Amino acid sequence: MMAMNKKILQQEPGDIEALLPWHAAGTLSARDARRVEDALARDQELAKQYAVIREEYAETIALNESLGAPSARAMQKLFAAIDAEPARKPSGSLNISARIAEFFAGLSPRAVAYSAVLGALALLLQAGVIGAILAKQQGGSFQTASLSGPRQESGPQAFVRFAPDARVSDIATFLDANQATIINSTAGGMFRVQFGDKPMSKQEIAGLMTRLQNEKIINLAAPAQ
Amino acid sequence: MQVLYGRHHVRVFRFGLRLVRNEQVAEDLISEVFLDVWRQAGKFEGRSAVSTWLLAITRFKALSAMRRRKDAELDDEAANAIEDSSDDPEVTVQKKDTSEVLRKCLTSLSSEHREIVDLVYYHEKSVEEVAEIVGIPENTVKTRLFYARKKLADLLKAAGVERGWP
Repeated sequence: MMAMNKKILQQEPGDIEALLPWHAAGTLSARDARRVEDALARDQELAKQYAVIREEYAETIALNESLGAPSARAMQKLFAAIDAEPARKPSGSLNISARIAEFFAGLSPRAVAYSAVLGALALLLQAGVIGAILAKQQGGSFQTASLSGPRQESGPQAFVRFAPDARVSDIATFLDANQATIINSTAGGMFRVQFGDKPMSKQEIAGLMTRLQNEKIINLAAPAQ
Repeated sequence: MQVLYGRHHVRVFRFGLRLVRNEQVAEDLISEVFLDVWRQAGKFEGRSAVSTWLLAITRFKALSAMRRRKDAELDDEAANAIEDSSDDPEVTVQKKDTSEVLRKCLTSLSSEHREIVDLVYYHEKSVEEVAEIVGIPENTVKTRLFYARKKLADLLKAAGVERGWP
């Protein structure tokens, strides 16, 4: 430990000392964590420094948490950009689904990978279900909005992402209750939904968005331009 | 994409915001990051955690955005940040709010020091992951954080807060 204290004087971190911040964050391997624990039990100076690090750790988290979250503008911009991406090959949706599943399977830790794959699967299932609703709304034959002739654009439209566990009956009830129509699904998996056939003021649209955000079966809602 | 966005956008935003220090720029940044991810999902090889990959892209884009801004602007901002942190030490101590002072000093660190502190403490990245995100050797990661902490201690001392280290 003398050597370690000497290094502090020389302004170079000792081997164990350099690991203290990661020990505070709980990101060391079991072996390194044990080494640090042993050193902390033996060296009072090191333990004192560790207490200071714990304080820095807590305040860094508090500072970051105080930064808030991005506005819906960022999400809107992203999904609009994804929407504007060149169309994929006809079999593209399958490829994308496979790619997303593969992508999430590569995540670590493992638990995150499992939950993400399940999430992706749930969304795919939901997409199928909503696709069926869309087909039903259009009289049994599925057509994209761009191929279905002039569409009703007088009502406000929104990008909506339904909760992965939303049931078909819930979605159908929601659409009925709001005189809503699913126009299409975007490349990012969001759905463009039209509400009624009358234009709304900005204030009314803001109220509608608030109402949508409060719906249990909706995860995200943002006005579509 | 929604799952990925929902899971990571807040942390990506905060990491970007701490670097560029401008909410508007940080919001633009996250759209660009996730759009890149959408375009390059097939290139993700799964060797590292997805959050590590996202933070590396965010860092690259944040640095580009910062370079686009005028140097003078950045200098002014840095000077203001440092002034903020070094209030009259006696007045600061009278506030008896070490937490508040500590947060101010964390904000006043250089971007190089801010990012490493955030990556280790807030984003809970290991030595190896930080090395991958920042693109420096693992030993440099350790010493850089050590010096960031020393700088923090200096700033705190200037603000009248003594913590017994170093």
